[in-house]
Amino acid sequence: MDTKRADSVPAPSRFPVREGVLFAALLVAVLGVYAVMGGAYSTRMLVEAACYAILALGLTIQWGYAGQFNAGVMGFVALGGFCAMFFSIPVNPAFWDTELPGELGRALIYMLGAVLLVFGATRLDRVGVPKLLRTIIAVLLAAVLYLVVMNVFRDVTGQIESRAGFIGGLGLPVGVGWVVGGALAGGVGYFIGRVCLGLRSDYLAIATLGIAEIIKAFLKNSDWLTRGTATVSPLPWPVPGPGELGFTLARALYFSVTAVMIAAIFFLLTRAYHAPWGRMIRAIRDNEVSAAAMGKDINKRRLEIFVLGCILMGIGGAALASFNSMFDPQGYLPLNHTFLVLVMVILGGPGNNLGTIFGAVAVYLIWIMSEPLALFLMELAVSFGEGAFGWDAPTNLDSRALQARVFVIGLLITLVLRYAPKGLLPEKVRHHG
Amino acid sequence: MNELVFFINNVLVAGSVTGSIYAIGAVGVTLVFSIMRFAHFAHADMMTFGAFMVLLLTSVFPGAGAAFGMPTALVMLPLAMALTALLAVGIDRAFYKPLRSHGVKPIVLVIGSLGVTLMLQGLIRLFAGTGGQSLYVDDRKEIFRLALPIEGVRAPVVITEPQFYLFVLTIVAVVSLHLFLSRSRLGKAMRAMSDNPDLAQASGINTNTIVAVTWVIAGGLAAIAGTLLSLDVTFKPDLSFFLLLPIFAAAIVGGVGQPYGAIAGGFVVGFAETLAVFNWSVMLRPFSDSLPEWLLQSGNLAFVGTEYKIVVPFFILVAILIWRPTGIFKGKVI
Repeated sequence: MDTKRADSVPAPSRFPVREGVLFAALLVAVLGVYAVMGGAYSTRMLVEAACYAILALGLTIQWGYAGQFNAGVMGFVALGGFCAMFFSIPVNPAFWDTELPGELGRALIYMLGAVLLVFGATRLDRVGVPKLLRTIIAVLLAAVLYLVVMNVFRDVTGQIESRAGFIGGLGLPVGVGWVVGGALAGGVGYFIGRVCLGLRSDYLAIATLGIAEIIKAFLKNSDWLTRGTATVSPLPWPVPGPGELGFTLARALYFSVTAVMIAAIFFLLTRAYHAPWGRMIRAIRDNEVSAAAMGKDINKRRLEIFVLGCILMGIGGAALASFNSMFDPQGYLPLNHTFLVLVMVILGGPGNNLGTIFGAVAVYLIWIMSEPLALFLMELAVSFGEGAFGWDAPTNLDSRALQARVFVIGLLITLVLRYAPKGLLPEKVRHHG
Repeated sequence: MNELVFFINNVLVAGSVTGSIYAIGAVGVTLVFSIMRFAHFAHADMMTFGAFMVLLLTSVFPGAGAAFGMPTALVMLPLAMALTALLAVGIDRAFYKPLRSHGVKPIVLVIGSLGVTLMLQGLIRLFAGTGGQSLYVDDRKEIFRLALPIEGVRAPVVITEPQFYLFVLTIVAVVSLHLFLSRSRLGKAMRAMSDNPDLAQASGINTNTIVAVTWVIAGGLAAIAGTLLSLDVTFKPDLSFFLLLPIFAAAIVGGVGQPYGAIAGGFVVGFAETLAVFNWSVMLRPFSDSLPEWLLQSGNLAFVGTEYKIVVPFFILVAILIWRPTGIFKGKVI
């Protein structure tokens, strides 16, 4: 296919000096980590950075392509992680061999029936019921049915917790969980997007922040489904695990899986960016009114891109959970799974996929290395303080030193927004002559 | 009748407490929005910062309260308000003003405020640690038990000392805010700027002063809300993400940019939360003779468990965004 169009003049092709220098520096840094910390540790870092790169690609299309700000990446990551856990871990016979699955199924059918009934009640005005009466009926019905269904549900889940622990997994291949994780995250994203995307983007930030905390609260407190704070481990890997191949080789294999995924996502996203669809998305981002005047369906396009971003976050979250080989709902923190990704995107260059991947690896490198560095600096300060002024060092120094990273991430966000709003590798805006 | 007292204690008192705190917080958010047109995510951390200042001052001067016959934390509150207001103005000068003068989109300011949130959180945790601490360093929490003068009522209505001060301070704050906005020259200028910033500037209002005054008010109110919340329970450095959603829900329910709406919205969200986690089966006990067996068997008839409390403001937020995005008081749609 001939990609050159008559009305477009390609940007003057230049040797990508900036990209070359930045990636060379990154390569040197990664090699430095390999030299200092050893192969197994460094490969683990690379795999995690690759998973974060998938998350960052999801955020970069939401924020960079379309100007939507998602402040709840953590929630979608947790959903992906949950699916990876639920589909891949072995079946729990203590649950499936009893009558409990039937009971749970009955509760789920009740729930479905209640939803259908309430939905039907909201349609009563079609058959001549006054609208006010319909609303009252629907709300009352919803409240009563909710209480009834929740009661049944609590009974069943309580029995599951006391008799079988939790319902266990499905024992399917790991990839299934990743795909479903992406789909589930996309579904939740669709719901949020439907509510918020017609309004200004502040609402989206508030709502995504809320849904992330809700998803975390649900996963943390549903002991029957996720074992809650007891955590589930080990999760199987899609490649032979460290037990068979040794840490470095197994992690390198896992890294190759994530690298292939990133390459595929990168290729597809770049194609989409340069396709008419991508141009339309950018037109909406840059000038909504004129895009609407050209007959573009703004809300539909926004919803598409938001759901697409959420799907990527779900897949990345699933890959991350599988790699950690543990599902711990409490381990999902806004700092590690929302704001770190945000920094990766705005530092690397929102809207520039290459820049985002660079940002993901670079920021994750700094993040991982900052932990020992923060402790070291803190110890230095304490020994200096004790020597010079006779301070008493607080006892919980390690946890406090880690809090300093919260401050640094926040400072980084504000500084980048102020001094490099387009990131280190800015999006290349091609001007058509 | 004991059930009624239970209801008063667990719904009326508790709901007013949460409602007041959300209301004071939401007023700050809505004022900042109406002047600067962005959702200020760092507000909950300014609340935490105010409470932290009180904690700091109280541990430095533990005996100061005895001179006034009040808890030391309350005596230190005006000082903490001043410090938080100073912090708010400083944050604006350092981080938001440069962004505003670059003419960025409002959502970039939102991201900037998230950065500020993290910085404040990091600082507070660095100095205060991560655990909870009581603001009553030297004093003792007084508990008032009001027995109802009705036959057969054994349980008293319980109000603690910080709750009493909370109600008083909420009323004082709301009344003085009302007087400020409706009577004073600055308040009128603020309302003018909220309605139409260009016109306000053209008619000679100094917008820089208005922005500074808004931050002073927002910071002072945030310090009050944070301190009262920490007095009622304990001071925790990581409150903010759980406060943000209810406060924003309150501001949006009331109509964004409407200070009175924010107060109403705060109480709506506060009472909705309390009613949702209230165990209704207690209220059914007096009617146990006439009710079916299955209804009474289940001991827990709360709509959501306390661990899912955060679902309530989210649900309210979604409902209001679907049915009435302008809020009760016809605010702006951001």
